[in-house]
Amino acid sequence: MIKSITKHSAALLAGASALCFGSAALADGHGLDLTGETVEWIIPFSETGGSARWANFYAPLLSEALPGNPTVVVTFMPGAGSTTGANHFQGLEYEDGTTIFGSSGSTQFPYLLDDPRVRYEYGDWNVVLASGTGGVVYLPADLGAALESGGVEALMDENFIYGSQGATRLDLVPLLAWEMLGLDVEPVFGIEGRGDGRLMFERGEANIDYQTSSSFLSGVTPLVEAGTAVPWFTFGALDADGNIVRDPTFPDMPSFAEVCEAAASCETSGPSWDAWVAFFTAGFPAQKMVFLPAGAPQAAIDTYTAAFDAVLARDDFAEISATRLGVYPQMTGDAAQVALESATEVPEEATTFVIEWLADRYGVVLQ
Amino acid sequence: MDLFATAMPALSEAFGMILQIHVMGYLILGVVMGLCIGVFPGLGGIAGLSLLLPFMFGMEPLTGLALMVGMVAVVPTSDTFASVLMGIPGSSASQATVLDGFPLAKKGQAARALSAAFASSLFGGVLGATFLTFFILAARPIVLLFQTPELLMVTIFGLSMVGILAGRVAIKGIVAAGLGLLIGTIGEGSSAGALRMSTFDTPYLMDGLKLVIVGLAIFAIPEIIALLRQDKAISDRQVLGGGWAEGIKDWWANKWLSVRCSLIGVAVGVIPGLGGSVVDWIAYGHTVQTAKDRSQFGKGDIRGVIGPESSNNAKEGGGLVPTLLFGIPGSGSMAIFISGVALLGTGQIEVGPSMINNNLNFTYAIVWLLALANVVGTIICIIASGGIARLTNIRFALLAPFLFMIIAFAAFQSRQSIWDLVALFGIGILGIMMRRFDWSRPAFLIGFVLASPAERYTNQAFQIARSRFRRSFEEGIDYIFSPIVIVLIIITLLSIVVGLRQAKNIQAEGDVNSGGKRAPLIFLLLVTGYIGLAYWNAAAIPDYAMMDRVFPVFVATVALIGCAVLLIQMRLVPETNPLFADREVEDKELNTHGLWPTMAWFAALLVATALFGFILALAGFLFCFIRFRAGKSVQFAGIYTAVGIAFICAMAASLNRDFPPGLLQSFVDLPWPLT
Repeated sequence: MIKSITKHSAALLAGASALCFGSAALADGHGLDLTGETVEWIIPFSETGGSARWANFYAPLLSEALPGNPTVVVTFMPGAGSTTGANHFQGLEYEDGTTIFGSSGSTQFPYLLDDPRVRYEYGDWNVVLASGTGGVVYLPADLGAALESGGVEALMDENFIYGSQGATRLDLVPLLAWEMLGLDVEPVFGIEGRGDGRLMFERGEANIDYQTSSSFLSGVTPLVEAGTAVPWFTFGALDADGNIVRDPTFPDMPSFAEVCEAAASCETSGPSWDAWVAFFTAGFPAQKMVFLPAGAPQAAIDTYTAAFDAVLARDDFAEISATRLGVYPQMTGDAAQVALESATEVPEEATTFVIEWLADRYGVVLQ
Repeated sequence: MDLFATAMPALSEAFGMILQIHVMGYLILGVVMGLCIGVFPGLGGIAGLSLLLPFMFGMEPLTGLALMVGMVAVVPTSDTFASVLMGIPGSSASQATVLDGFPLAKKGQAARALSAAFASSLFGGVLGATFLTFFILAARPIVLLFQTPELLMVTIFGLSMVGILAGRVAIKGIVAAGLGLLIGTIGEGSSAGALRMSTFDTPYLMDGLKLVIVGLAIFAIPEIIALLRQDKAISDRQVLGGGWAEGIKDWWANKWLSVRCSLIGVAVGVIPGLGGSVVDWIAYGHTVQTAKDRSQFGKGDIRGVIGPESSNNAKEGGGLVPTLLFGIPGSGSMAIFISGVALLGTGQIEVGPSMINNNLNFTYAIVWLLALANVVGTIICIIASGGIARLTNIRFALLAPFLFMIIAFAAFQSRQSIWDLVALFGIGILGIMMRRFDWSRPAFLIGFVLASPAERYTNQAFQIARSRFRRSFEEGIDYIFSPIVIVLIIITLLSIVVGLRQAKNIQAEGDVNSGGKRAPLIFLLLVTGYIGLAYWNAAAIPDYAMMDRVFPVFVATVALIGCAVLLIQMRLVPETNPLFADREVEDKELNTHGLWPTMAWFAALLVATALFGFILALAGFLFCFIRFRAGKSVQFAGIYTAVGIAFICAMAASLNRDFPPGLLQSFVDLPWPLT
């Protein structure tokens, strides 16, 4: 499929320099020099998803920040819910630092749930960037009013319909949250993206929905202003000690922890809470990560880390990223490593709980 | 009027924005790039926009929009070349154009067909934009009226077009559609993730087959093979001089048909979730149903070109409504368009619910850039059509390897796996057999395209309706039988009745004589066998994943009944009956080469690719084919091969794509493009 050694544009064809084996040498041991190289950024999804948007945002910035200003191209390798691309990346050996991989929550979840298609191991890879995000749950105006006056108890008799992409995807986090609150939510599966879920909500067919932060800002805020949607809670964010606190992008909204605590039916301890926290941590605070392949030398990791640091340190970064990424931590170095660990090292009990819950509740068997 | 009060200032502002030299310059650049990519079958807006995306970051919004819109707008125009000249659908938007466009080209009227198509495209594009200018302000509530039951009914209406395209034996058409539906359900079910006709060990099939591959395989491969076997040019007549003026006259004579089909295009494009892949079939069906003399459809009726081509450009305009107003992409290329827009400038244009209130001027700029791009693209295409139409006079043996190279490359873009080529080849054989035995390929394709929405909307509507009924009976009934649904049911029933009554006249596959009994029977048994296998496979899905079982089981049951009826009829009727149509018998005198030796060339390319990688295999294939099959000199073959390889490498390099590797590449590291 994709080999990373040499990959040039028209110049290569014109010239006779067709044979140029791994020419990106380590310049005086301090880092990579990628002058004239093409960095291939593999995204295991199609051109149309959120990961594509994230990678397209970073690619030109990364190109400016890497030594030698290589061309950074995003290569899409969709298939089997991103496991095809991840398995492919697992098979690559580090060669010259011109191949990187962008994973997402949808790559993490099958890994945690022992999906038989997973042949990759996060522990082998080298993380150089971790991008977080959050999620917001919202309701139609009438149910929002009922919640306002009667609390969660007022929603117990409602038949909720939710447009879902599948119980084993990121939707697992809201579905488990609603179940813990005691809501009767029936997921309607088979929608193709969260945008379709929002449309189903707007049409009045679904009466509960969630969106990731950036989609909430662009897609749901106008509905809130028009009075047809009411935000309920965010999933929250992790503080430095790993506690769930309010989402910094939406400081006025309660976090799920607060909502759960206030509800009689829900407890912020016990196996289901632990499982929820584990999968929330895996899915949102470090949703998208950039990796170098197995066997990358420290110099290469340092070069990429420095490049992403330089991107994050741009004067205009806050401005240009606000609408595309939301206000979330973009982590490099040790912080990224910690994020990776908390996202991929889920306690055995949490995994077991979720696998059993998926089987009991939705008949999903991952074999 | 309120509407005008809001629209007019923004509209004039939008024109002020568009009509600047540099904006027009970028628009023309985008159009030219779009034409260059769209001309090749299988490559369209997605490939083109991916090419532009890296340049969008921080670009001045208006110029960036001009570039992207120019690119997207002309794909449904330029894809007509392949559909008319080669009988290969240039993209999913012009599949129906093949039915009448290609027979016209065979008659030496390619230029006429092309210019009629371009005139219709232009008209459809501009009419779509005009309509949108006013409609877009009122569109939001109307789009929201289309809930899941309405979407399901639109899908069923699309499926009812099978009726008119079923061919001479209606049941064969229905079985063909059933087969298409079943092949469309291969892979992970959308409701519970149950696997149909695939396992965890066949990851390629788990994601299902992609339309690019099935479309090319079912139309392009059979046509290429058939033309190759006859070993002459596509048209043995000289191209008519000045044919393009005639085409424009044809369009003018059918202007009302063009208006109606444009409106169909806009309307279907506006509805999110269906995408544009059926709009050309619906327009074609409408064209046939409203025509008085139907005897020439499928054999080269110019109206069969005008209808679909009017609709497919108008659809792009309609598709802007869900894209801009809801942030829901109506198609793959629109999805990339959205992410491109987010990269422009400082990101101030935000596609979605706030677009109309905050950026009405940009909304109008996009709508009219689209219309302008249509005008520019059409002019370029009409100028080029006379020259390009001469391709039909070239001996096909010289054209075929090149075409096959492009198709294989396009198919490989689907998943970048060697299995893409295997799927192309495998379904290509099915296409060849369907063509041979006069099974309706359009019916098959409509089934394939609509399999996923039909299943999804059925399951979702069922689930939501169940929840409504739990609340109260009235609420449930109101949900299922809304006024829109009732109107759609009536239209669908009319369409089926009219369609079945007329189906005998419309031969999507042209005239085919009957031959012996044995070969058609064997093919029918094979089809029945696959359907039976699909039934057995789906029926084994356990109860907890029932939602993924119901649809394939239902379709397979209907198709099996059809197969049984056909088998019984085959026993009873004589072998001159249309049931036993066999093109092999009819074309015996025309074919200078056998089917299997011709197929063997392509099978050899596939096997060689698996061993040595695509580029090495292709070089060998091109050289040997030109030298031995086409009988040219070694020098000629050498130059042909060099040009072909250089071309495909330049294309892959500019799109930044790789080629399928083979066994060799897993042992030796080779430089690009041999990787």
